[in-house]
Amino acid sequence: MEDTYTIMRVFAGSWGMMFMLAAFVGVIAFIFRPGSRKVHQETAQIPFLYDDRPAGDDQHSEARP
Amino acid sequence: MEQLRMALTVLNRSTMKGRSMLDYVKLLILGLVTLCAAIAANYARDVPYMVHMVLVMITAGGLFLYQLRRTGEPVMPVPTHEYMDGPVKAAAIATVFWGITGFLVGVVIAFQLAYPQLNFDWSQGYLNFGRLRPLHTSAVIFAFGGNALLAASFYIVQRTSAARLWGGNLTWFVFWGYQFFIVLAATGYVMGATQGLEYAEPEWYVDLWLTVVWVAFLAVFVGTLLNRKEPHIYVANWFLLAFIVTVAMLHVVNNMSVPVSIFGSRSVQVMSGVQSAMTQWWYGHNAVGFFLTAGFLGMMYYFIPKQAERPVYSYKLSIIHFWALIFLYIWAGPHHLHYTALPDWASTLGMVFSIILWMPSWGGMINGLMTLSGAWDKLRTDPVLRMMVTSVAFYGMSTFEGPMMSIRAVNSLSHYTDWTIGHVHSGALGWNGMITFGMLYYLFPKLWNRQRLYSLRLVSWHYWLATIGIVLYASSMWVTGIMEGLMWREVDAQGFLVNSFADTVEAKFPMYVVRGLGGVMFLSGALIMAYNLWMTVTRGPAKAEAPAMAPAE
Repeated sequence: MEDTYTIMRVFAGSWGMMFMLAAFVGVIAFIFRPGSRKVHQETAQIPFLYDDRPAGDDQHSEARP
Repeated sequence: MEQLRMALTVLNRSTMKGRSMLDYVKLLILGLVTLCAAIAANYARDVPYMVHMVLVMITAGGLFLYQLRRTGEPVMPVPTHEYMDGPVKAAAIATVFWGITGFLVGVVIAFQLAYPQLNFDWSQGYLNFGRLRPLHTSAVIFAFGGNALLAASFYIVQRTSAARLWGGNLTWFVFWGYQFFIVLAATGYVMGATQGLEYAEPEWYVDLWLTVVWVAFLAVFVGTLLNRKEPHIYVANWFLLAFIVTVAMLHVVNNMSVPVSIFGSRSVQVMSGVQSAMTQWWYGHNAVGFFLTAGFLGMMYYFIPKQAERPVYSYKLSIIHFWALIFLYIWAGPHHLHYTALPDWASTLGMVFSIILWMPSWGGMINGLMTLSGAWDKLRTDPVLRMMVTSVAFYGMSTFEGPMMSIRAVNSLSHYTDWTIGHVHSGALGWNGMITFGMLYYLFPKLWNRQRLYSLRLVSWHYWLATIGIVLYASSMWVTGIMEGLMWREVDAQGFLVNSFADTVEAKFPMYVVRGLGGVMFLSGALIMAYNLWMTVTRGPAKAEAPAMAPAE
């Protein structure tokens, strides 16, 4: 039976690391999914939309260009 | 008709009842806190604890009276169709105030290092270098930077969610609670109440208070995001949320300590030895990574597009920047512990992640700079934008210097020298300072409804004073840092050390004076800014009231 430190250390250096790497690669792949360009272009415009007052309950789709 | 009036009266009474219930709960809590603080002050085992408990007692007692006089007053309806800008204004003013305080203390301690006579005999134990240094670091990072982040978070999350801040007066609690934390921390340092952990000096009860305030901050921010009318969450909010969540985690883990007595300020750390050191620098480096980087990147991704009047260069790159930063930064801490009892694999891990971190940092820098593509001419006419762009350039420089210094071989020369101090200041003055100044110049006319700033000329003066000040600071610290690093390791033919420590201190004197002068320039720039902002609010022409209109299509 190995000590707790070694067990944790080996797990972190193998499965833990692979999980983090896979999650990161997945996130990056998701950014480049088809159709993301339009979403991102819209989202980048947000700072210019609601400068003076909050959107009313009725207008959250109309406010968008 | 009669029925309607009856119904309204009942409705009114029940809301009044709910309201007054809350008022009584507040009164009860404030009264209890006042009483407990009085008892604690009476049993206090040391001076800082007693002073702090008296401060708590006075504050809670004052709030009790304030609350008592307002209990039963009719409640003003909350305006839902405007943003809550009161706390943003307060935090912006506090940023200017604490900034100047922190810079001033920095200038004082810079000259205390050059001229030790400035550690006056009468002030020993209160205002000598050792007591003032943590006051300076906390004042600039947590008071100046923290208030800038409060202002930015409250402003940005409303404008990009198209919703008013969630939680009503909870935001005011966050603002005043945070100021109270700063006062407790600062007075504690001067009186010697410290845990001795870099950037985490405040003692256990101050830490507990900050935890309460921080949870309220998180609640306000997340509540507003959940209430949002805009379907997407703009990238600046991701950075700000990461900053709030991570700082909460860092703060709780690094401040695990057991008070020696509930009536005293002293405490004992739960971890010891190399575990404590590793936890401390995991905290310390992520305070840089998430407080001073992620939070301020949130500012960058909102205020640079606003000031340049163009959307961010690449939104995809900003998301990659975000995730890469989150995945990498958290591992970089061990590079503070090269050549210590920390296992080699851990410090190598820290070093490798620090070097990889260079890439997303520069990706972010390029994204910020390229936001100006097609609008570079604005740099000639707009000193505020110039300030923001310079801050991004300093972000790039210090995120290149940092990974380089994390390499073990370089670190063996740079560690414990002034090079580290220079690196920190090119990041803090250049990146955090300049982006904050840019934000303040943007916010003040906007929040106080003024057409423009009082004087762009004064902004230019501020810009050049600050920039030249930083250059003097950083270059003098490079020279003295590398010089003392080389002097420490110099050995003669027999293998004996050539220089004593005092030799290096003597050799550093001219550079210390230059550094102090750089600080004076940076401080005078900030004073000019304070004057300019004051005049903007008091003398600036009001913006013509625009007719209510829909957002630009």
